[in-house]
Amino acid sequence: MSVISAPARDAAVEGALLRVTGLSKSYLGPQGPLPVLRGVDLTLGAGESLALMGESGSGKSTLLHLVAGLDHADGGAIHIDDAEVTKLDDEGRAALRRKTLGVVFQQFNLVPSLTVGDNLSLQARLAGRYDRDWRDALAERLGLSALLDRYPEQLSGGQQQRVAVGRALAPRPRLLLADEPTGNLDEATGDAVLNLLLELSATAGAAVLMVTHSARLAARLDRRATLAGGRLAP
Amino acid sequence: MKQFFYTLTTLTSHWRRRPGQFAALFVGLAVATALWSGVAALNDQARRSYDRAAGALGLGGSPSLVAASGGFFAQDAFIALRRAGWKVSPILEGTIRLGDKSYRLLGVEPLTLPKISSNKMPEGDDLNDFLGPPGRALIAPQTLRALGLTEGATPTISEADRLPPLAIARDLAPGMVVVDIGAAQRLLHRPGRLSRLLLAEEPTADAPTLESVIGETLRRVEADEAPELAKLTESFHLNLTAFGLLAYVVGLFIAHASFGLAFEQRLPIIRTLRAIGASLRALSLALVAELTLLALLAGAAGMAGGYLIAAALLPNMAASLEGLYGAELDGALGLAPSWWLSGIGMALIGAAIAAASGLVKTLRLPVLAIAQPFAWREAQRHWLYRQAALAVLALMGAAAALLFGEGMEAGFASMAGLLLGAALALPLPLAAMLRLGERRARGPLAKWFFADALQQLPGLSLALMALLLALSTNIGVGSMVEGFRRTFTQWLDERLVAEIYFEAASDKDAQRITAWLSHREDVAAVLPLCKAKTAIRSTPGSSWPVEIVGAPPHETFSAHFPLLEAHADAWNSIARGDSALISEQHARRLRLALGSTLEIPTPTGDWRVEIVGIYPDYGAAKGQLRVDHDALSSRWPDARRLDYMLRARSETAPEIMLALQAEFGAGVARIIDQAALKQRSTDIFERTFAVTAALDALTLVVSAIALFASLTTLAAARVPQLAPLWAAGVSRRSLALLELARVTLFAGATALVSVPLGLALAYDLVAIVNVRAFGWRLPFHIFPSQWLEVFALALLTAALAALLPIRRLARIAPASLLAVFANER
Amino acid sequence: MNAETPRALLLALALLSTAPARAAGFAGLGDEAQGFAEPQPGHTLVFPRDHGAHPEFRIEWWYLTANLTDETGKAYGAQWTLFRHARAPHGGEGWDSPQAFVAHAAVTTDALHLFAETRARGGVGQAGVTAAPFRAFIDNWSFSATEPNLSGGTISAIAPRFRYTLALTAEEPLALHGEAGFSRKSESGQASYYYSQPFFSVEGALAIDGAERKVKGRAWMDHEWSSRPLSADQKGWDWFSLHLDSGGELMLFRLRSDKTLPFLSGSFITADGATRMLTRDDIFLEPLEQGLVAGRLLPLRWRVRVASLHLDIETKPLNSQSFMGVGIGYFEGPISFAGAQSGVGYLEMTGY
Ligand SMILES: Nc1ncnc2c1ncn2[C@@H]1O[C@H](COP(=O)(O)OP(=O)(O)OP(=O)(O)O)[C@@H](O)[C@H]1O
Ligand SMILES: [Mg+2]
Repeated sequence: MSVISAPARDAAVEGALLRVTGLSKSYLGPQGPLPVLRGVDLTLGAGESLALMGESGSGKSTLLHLVAGLDHADGGAIHIDDAEVTKLDDEGRAALRRKTLGVVFQQFNLVPSLTVGDNLSLQARLAGRYDRDWRDALAERLGLSALLDRYPEQLSGGQQQRVAVGRALAPRPRLLLADEPTGNLDEATGDAVLNLLLELSATAGAAVLMVTHSARLAARLDRRATLAGGRLAP
Repeated sequence: MKQFFYTLTTLTSHWRRRPGQFAALFVGLAVATALWSGVAALNDQARRSYDRAAGALGLGGSPSLVAASGGFFAQDAFIALRRAGWKVSPILEGTIRLGDKSYRLLGVEPLTLPKISSNKMPEGDDLNDFLGPPGRALIAPQTLRALGLTEGATPTISEADRLPPLAIARDLAPGMVVVDIGAAQRLLHRPGRLSRLLLAEEPTADAPTLESVIGETLRRVEADEAPELAKLTESFHLNLTAFGLLAYVVGLFIAHASFGLAFEQRLPIIRTLRAIGASLRALSLALVAELTLLALLAGAAGMAGGYLIAAALLPNMAASLEGLYGAELDGALGLAPSWWLSGIGMALIGAAIAAASGLVKTLRLPVLAIAQPFAWREAQRHWLYRQAALAVLALMGAAAALLFGEGMEAGFASMAGLLLGAALALPLPLAAMLRLGERRARGPLAKWFFADALQQLPGLSLALMALLLALSTNIGVGSMVEGFRRTFTQWLDERLVAEIYFEAASDKDAQRITAWLSHREDVAAVLPLCKAKTAIRSTPGSSWPVEIVGAPPHETFSAHFPLLEAHADAWNSIARGDSALISEQHARRLRLALGSTLEIPTPTGDWRVEIVGIYPDYGAAKGQLRVDHDALSSRWPDARRLDYMLRARSETAPEIMLALQAEFGAGVARIIDQAALKQRSTDIFERTFAVTAALDALTLVVSAIALFASLTTLAAARVPQLAPLWAAGVSRRSLALLELARVTLFAGATALVSVPLGLALAYDLVAIVNVRAFGWRLPFHIFPSQWLEVFALALLTAALAALLPIRRLARIAPASLLAVFANER
Repeated sequence: MNAETPRALLLALALLSTAPARAAGFAGLGDEAQGFAEPQPGHTLVFPRDHGAHPEFRIEWWYLTANLTDETGKAYGAQWTLFRHARAPHGGEGWDSPQAFVAHAAVTTDALHLFAETRARGGVGQAGVTAAPFRAFIDNWSFSATEPNLSGGTISAIAPRFRYTLALTAEEPLALHGEAGFSRKSESGQASYYYSQPFFSVEGALAIDGAERKVKGRAWMDHEWSSRPLSADQKGWDWFSLHLDSGGELMLFRLRSDKTLPFLSGSFITADGATRMLTRDDIFLEPLEQGLVAGRLLPLRWRVRVASLHLDIETKPLNSQSFMGVGIGYFEGPISFAGAQSGVGYLEMTGY
């Protein structure tokens, strides 16, 4: 078993899109440092999807932020392709977010002053990878074609989150990071959005790292892992 | 590049959704630039005119030699100096009348005139024409136009004299006529006399000294001492500049307030942009580009506004400068490239100042922290303390300027410190007042009212500060102007007692007229005045020009002439010829008091007089001494003896005036009765302060805009705060009324604070700035009715500014209030 | 015919220091002489009376150039010129006088050329010329003489960087050019009155930048007056005054026209004072080398031949940059020459 699994794992590690090793992070709380992550290891292959679970406050969002290069880790390493995220400067991390990652965060909203169409195109344009046909295909699949000229405030919650999904996928990222993307939606809407997210990621060839509380949703992804006590348990 | 472009368009898309905010920002910057550049255009215009007057033919740039005792000197001094190797050029200056206006006649000698770049002296054939015969009279194109004459005309300046054919010289100062020295001596009836020698080159080391050539008769005047107009009008322009700056600052307050709000409201956008991969560099570039673009647009609009302001105020300013200082301004506004640059520069600087703190904060916050709006608030939490600390610094600066500074600049600096300190400190009393209200309030709605107002204070404080500045300036300047008006009117009444004032065209005319008047029954007295000019040394190396007026002993003066302080038998000692009255401003300048003695340089030697009285002279900026007529005459053979005052019964005055004019025609150069003279003086006064009043009013308008802008931008942000109250059963009408009450409360409180501040300002203006600027001190009057006016004005301004946002609130669609809950996450 | 006339331009140049629009010829010297007196043939010059000013003529000048050496043998040149120009032949007193004056002074060494200019109106005492005793002055510059042949006087000029005072003596009489001082200039009637004192011995002091040295040497003085000395097409000239080591004095000039061949003329004065007129076919002036002076190309070395005198020499300037940078600039500088004869002199070139 170990003989078989070891090389398989190594192969997975080598071909991995995302490699997190020994990642640690603590916040400065009122009563001194508060460790949230204490050595997290994680690998994700290209096109693979992983559901990240754990109790509220266990550090799921923190892990995602670190992977996205939005915050600094205290220790450990994050490799995305060959880039070591923790060692990149701001410019490098911004480029990574633009070109390699897509983010769908619960609280990361749309730009209220841009139309749905412009919101959809925004990241692709920033990345210099705007492809009108691909954007239109996304809008079509996300059911947004008729809403392109509206402003976000004129959309329902589910529609808004679909725009966020489209925006994240428009530049054809290799890794989609999603933090409870359906947390604010009712079950039916949530399922619909998640379906689209998974389906379109597959079409785009993007790996997915998604935080969710719902075991039902988690079941639909390739793998599942749970954060507890600052470590990741498969 | 793509990244930068889309970052920029995403950021600017915010303004499309908040055009009101954009308008506030734009208007703030544009208004700041407009007021500043308007004032700058006026000042530039004036300065160019003075420079042209002084620098006409490059005269201003050279040091010169003048009669040590003032007045004219013999041409022999010129020849003697040239023959001794001194490169001097002769000048004769005087006044001529063309039509009903006076012009400065300048006689020059073109062959020896210093060659300076600004030297517009004719050469070649034009030189031969200028030398004549018949010679030429050079004149600025606009002066020629104003006279309604064409080139080649030879206008009459007195019975016997005509100017040589007029010829246009561009760049000549308006109001000036340049002729050959010989022609000037003939036209001014000063054969063989000169008023000045320009020093074209410094004498060589081995040249004989000035004294060894011509004795003590001439004195050297350095080039920078010469532009008298610039020196005299300096204070006037400093006043204007101070106003321009004040308006600029008020404009910046608006821009700063709108920028702050804009940054706060755009934080989510910035956060999103960062999260999806816009780099910090692209973001900063985009923010700076946006700022620059905005500054350029608003700057250009502001320049246009500034031009309009300047064009509108120019006639008033020109009239008051001419009335006060005899300075002629060019009537058409000319705009120098430097004006454009400085205006746009001020807009850019203004935008940078207004946006700097928001920009730095935005860029320095880490990405995730931006996500948490409380971090922004956190950073703002200590602002009250910081404001207070800055206020203390500003006030200390004001005190230091007052205690240790000298001159008018220090007066203004203390004023600026006071205003700024008070404005920065304003939130403190407001916050205290609201806390008190909160503690005292009973009902939940009342408690909420105060708590909510307290929370709104930071957002509104900048606009309130702008309002405070505008209101207190209004009170301060209002008190000064009103006080001045009263003093001035009273002074005019006392000073102008003669029924008729006239000026003879020449000495000969004067003799004929007085002889004729002495036979008239209805003329009670003919009081001749004689005038001379000299310079009184104040400190070694510097001297002040002074006009000396000689008047005969007469009841007209001893019973009526307004004095600030005087010895008991002042008029008797003046009649003795060894005493003088001195104007208040000159006494201050020379630090002279009652009983001081003064050496007056005269052509016949120094004249020692005792100061027996000090009188206010609000009509002139120049220093003045008044002495006995005969005493002055005997010491100044060259003194001007053309001005007369006539005493008669006031009913007969018109008849006498008509008779005089019928009898002597052009022999009477000017004649005016008491009422008309008073009217003219008052006019000049009103025009002087029309500029001030206009700027004052504009500043108030600007602060109303500030308040309006802040309220509008806050209104949108306030919907989430109001929604729960609405949900809890408070009607939209009541909510709107509460909003109105709060704005009125803020404005009222600000107006209350502005009264003591305005009075402090008035005191500073009356007791410090005016004394240093004009040399006179006005009585400090208080006008409580003005305060009421200002209070009402503040409330009105606030109510007007609040009207639109409140109307919108009262009519807000319930859906918008509901959306607060729907979107709550 | 008159050679010397060109010098008159300088007055007009300096006074009308931009090119006059309505003037004909060079610097207006070809203008109609309306109302002014014209030189007449057969007129006898009377001295000392004619040393003074002739205000009824439009232009007049008194001109002195000196070739000097100091005690170490170092060579210097000194120039002193007073021009008179009248706007009208008659006129008022004082400032109304139509007379105006311009003066130039210069000193030259092999390394330096310093010059100064000053201007004055006539009629008020800043400048003027009297005949007996002779005295021409402007500001603190002056030129005086006691004898009818202009001997026994001094000439002095003071400028910011230089000054000189030179005593002038001459045994020989004045040299009258042309027909007893009536100098024809062209077939169309232009002429001037013109005489020289080419024989001056000079002794005096010259200071440059405060350093004074004793100098001596030879000087040439000209006095000329006219009302219309140039024809309209004459644009400039080259003028030589040469002190031959053998004792004779030579004056030559070339007037350049833009229409016709150059006009050549001159005078030879023997050591005992006899004057002989030189004609155009007798004189050969040939530029040998051009050089850049004040931004213009000027002939610096010349071959000078006078067939009737068996004279064939080459001249070279003491300082090739002897340029008078006044209103319209001109070259005026000391030269030396060698060949069949050797000696020193002055070269003036205008209109380049
Ligand atoms: N900026 C911060 N400063 C201090 N502590 C923080 C900060 N951000 C997160 N924390 C703390 O770190 C811990 C992990 O937070 P995180 O947001 O990663 O949890 P989570 O697993 O995403 O929870 P949830 O399921 O509720 O979203 C929590 O205890 C939280 O209070
Ligand atoms: Mg979370």
